[in-house]
Amino acid sequence: MTVESTAARKTTRRSSGAKRTTSAAGAKKAPAAQGAEPELVQLLTPEGERVQHPDYDIDLSAEELRGLYRDMVLTRRFDAEATSLQRQGELGLWASLLGQEAAQIGSGRALRDDDYVFPTYREHGVAWVRGVDPTNLLGMFRGVNHGGWDPNSNNFHLYTIVIGSQTLHATGYAMGIAKDGADSAVIAYFGDGASSQGDVNEAFTFSAVYNAPVVFFCQNNQWAISEPTEKQTRVPLYQRARGFGFPGVRVDGNDVLACLAVTRSALERARRGEGPTLVEAFTYRMGAHTTSDDPTKYRRDEEREAWEAKDPILRLKAYLEREGHADEAFFEALEAESEALGKRVREGVRTMPDPDDMAIFENVYADGHALVDEERAQFAAYQASFADGEVK
Amino acid sequence: MAVQKLPLAKALNESLRKALETDPKVLIMGEDVGKLGGVFRVTDGLQKDFGEDRVIDSPLAESGIVGTAIGLALRGYRPVVEIQFDGFVFPAYDQIVTQLAKMHARALGKVKMPVVIRIPYGGGIGAVEHHSESPEALFAHVAGLKVVSPSNSSDAYWMLQQAIQSDDPVIFFEPKRRYWDKGEVDTEAIPGELHKARVAREGSDLTLAAYGPMVKVCLEAAAAAEEEGKSIEVLDLRSMSPIDFDSIQRSVEKTRHLVVVHEAPVFYGSGAEIAARITERCFYHLEAPVLRVGGYHAPYPPARLEEEYLPGLDRVLDAVDRSLAY
Ligand SMILES: Cc1ncc(C[n+]2csc(CCOP(=O)(O)OP(=O)(O)O)c2C)c(N)n1
Repeated sequence: MTVESTAARKTTRRSSGAKRTTSAAGAKKAPAAQGAEPELVQLLTPEGERVQHPDYDIDLSAEELRGLYRDMVLTRRFDAEATSLQRQGELGLWASLLGQEAAQIGSGRALRDDDYVFPTYREHGVAWVRGVDPTNLLGMFRGVNHGGWDPNSNNFHLYTIVIGSQTLHATGYAMGIAKDGADSAVIAYFGDGASSQGDVNEAFTFSAVYNAPVVFFCQNNQWAISEPTEKQTRVPLYQRARGFGFPGVRVDGNDVLACLAVTRSALERARRGEGPTLVEAFTYRMGAHTTSDDPTKYRRDEEREAWEAKDPILRLKAYLEREGHADEAFFEALEAESEALGKRVREGVRTMPDPDDMAIFENVYADGHALVDEERAQFAAYQASFADGEVK
Repeated sequence: MAVQKLPLAKALNESLRKALETDPKVLIMGEDVGKLGGVFRVTDGLQKDFGEDRVIDSPLAESGIVGTAIGLALRGYRPVVEIQFDGFVFPAYDQIVTQLAKMHARALGKVKMPVVIRIPYGGGIGAVEHHSESPEALFAHVAGLKVVSPSNSSDAYWMLQQAIQSDDPVIFFEPKRRYWDKGEVDTEAIPGELHKARVAREGSDLTLAAYGPMVKVCLEAAAAAEEEGKSIEVLDLRSMSPIDFDSIQRSVEKTRHLVVVHEAPVFYGSGAEIAARITERCFYHLEAPVLRVGGYHAPYPPARLEEEYLPGLDRVLDAVDRSLAY
C-alpha cells in the first residue's frame, strides 16, 4: 500500500514539486503504529485480501458485494463509452472517472435516498448509484444543455464546473437540514486541486461553525490537470480538517469497502448532529484530466502503471472469486449487461435532439423579464426572415 | 528574422518570452502554466527556459493568484498572471475590483500596480459552460483598470509587451477562437499605441467598430457588403478602457453610420457606451442611430446553440442594411 508520508513530502525541494517522483511512485511505508497518526483506511488489499480495521469494519452479504462490483463495472463501461463517443465527435468533451470507481461507488452506496449530493463534473459513478439516467449526464458534454436533470428528483445536484463552488452550496443545504430538524445528511465531492480554493476553505469554516451535517468527500486523484497535489498543499489533505475543528480521515480510494465504511461512518456522525467530516479518498486518475488534456506532457507512464496494480475493480473481483461470492454465470451476465448499457448509451447520445433555437431565452428568469421578451421576439422575427428567404 | 507568420497563441508566447528576457522583474503565474505550458499552450516552453522561479505553477485558487500578484507588484515585480478561462475569473474578481484597481489611488499615487491579467475569452470553440464568456464590460466599468484585446498576431505580440510595461493593471483579453489564426508579426516594427484604434479596412458608407474575436467577422462582412456595392470601414478598437473615441469620431464623420459589434451581451455592454458617446460627439453627422450587434440577455448557451447566439456575418450585415436604410 502506498502512503505519501509527511516525511517523504518534506524531502521535496522547497521551490517546486519537481521531486514528485520520489513520493508518487509507490515507495513502501511501514504501517503506522496503533494510536499514531491515522493512516490510509483499508479493508481490501490490492491483491483482494480482506483485512480488518479497528474503527471501520463492515459486514456485507455476498449479494451486496456483487452489487458493488456490478456498480463499478457498469460505471466504468459507461465512462469508456462516453470517452469513445467523444472521440467519434458525438461529445464535445468528456471528463473520465477511470480509476475512481471505488471512491465514487463506495461513498455513493453509503448514502440514503434522503441525503443530498453535490458533485463536481466527474461524479458519474455517484450519479449512477443515485439513479440518474446515464444519458442525462451527457447532454452537457454534448453541448445541448447546461445540466440535463432535475436535481431534486434524485437528490443529486447539477454538475459544477467552477472549482469548489459546490462545497458552499452543500454546506448551506446542510445548514438547512439542521434548521429543519431533519436527520438526513449532505455529501460534497471535490478534488485535491479544489482544496486550494477560497470557497472550499470557507465551506470548512461555515460547516464547522454551524455544525452542519455535511461530509466533504475529496477525491485526491493526485493531479489537478498538470499540477501534482504538492502544488496545492504541504500537509496531507485529510489533516487540514483538524485546523477547522472537525475530523479528517484518509481512506484507500481504490478500496470500495473502505470507502463505503468510512463514508457511512461520517454520514452517521453528521446525522447524530456532530458536524462535518473530511474524507480524503486517496486514489488516482488513470486517464487524462479530460479528453482535451495530454497527460504525457506532465506525467510518467510508470506512475500510471504502479496505480494500475491497485485497480479497484480487479481488487474486488479477486476477493469475490477467492471467497466464492460470485460464479462464472454472474460475471457473464454482467458482461452482457455491460454491453447492453454501452449500446443504450451510444444510441441515446446519437439520437439526442439538438435544442430548439428559442431555448436560448428559456428559463433566464422565473418571473419573466421585459428585455428577454423583447429580444426573444426580435430573434424569432430574424430567424423567420431566413425561413421566408428559403421558401422563395 | 524580424517578420514571421505566427498563430496568435504563438505570438503571445514569443511576447512573453521577450518580456521575461528583457526584464528580470517579470514573472508568470497561473494554473498549469509551467510544465503543461497552459491549457492553450500560450506559456509553452517558458518554464523550461526561465525556471520555476519565473514561471510559476500556482495553486488552484484565482483569488490567491491575483492577491499574491498584488503583493509581488508592491515588492517591485511585474506579474503576468493567467486565468485559465473567462468564467473562472470571478473568484478573483474581488481582488481585481476592490484591491488591484484602487491601490494606486489609495496610495496617493505612491505605489504602482504593473499587473497583467491574461484571460482567454469569448465563444466559438464548442466548449462547456463558463468557457465562452465575454465579461469585458464588467472590468471596463471599474476605474483603475485598463482593458484591452488584440484581434491578430501582430497586436498579440506587441500589445502584451506594452501591457506588461504599463504601470497600471491591465486586463488582457485573448480571443481564444483566434488562437490558431496565423498572422504576420514584425518583431522589429515600431508598434502603435496600446490604446489606439486601428483602421482594419477603409470604407466610406458605414463604420463597423469591433475588437478581439469580432474583428475578423466584421472584415468578412465588409468584404461581403462590397459585393453589394457598399463600402464599409472596419475599426479594430483594440482597447475597451480607455476607448479611442477620437478615431471612432473621425470615421463616423466620414461614413455617417456606425454599427458596434461584440460577443458580449448588448445590454449594458461596451456598445452602449460607444453609442452614447458617439451620439454626443457626432449628433449632426449621424444619418442613423448607432446600432449594436451582440449577445442576448441570457446565459451563454450550450455549444449547440452558440452559432445562433454569436453575432455572425448575417447578423452584422442585417444591421448594416438597417443602418443604411434610415
Ligand atoms: C475556478 C476554476 N478555475 C479553474 C478551472 C479549470 N479547471 C478545471 S478542472 C481543473 C483541475 C481540478 O483539479 P481537482 O480539483 O484536483 O479535480 P479533478 O479534476 O482532478 O477531479 C481546473 C484547473 C475551473 N474549472 N474553475
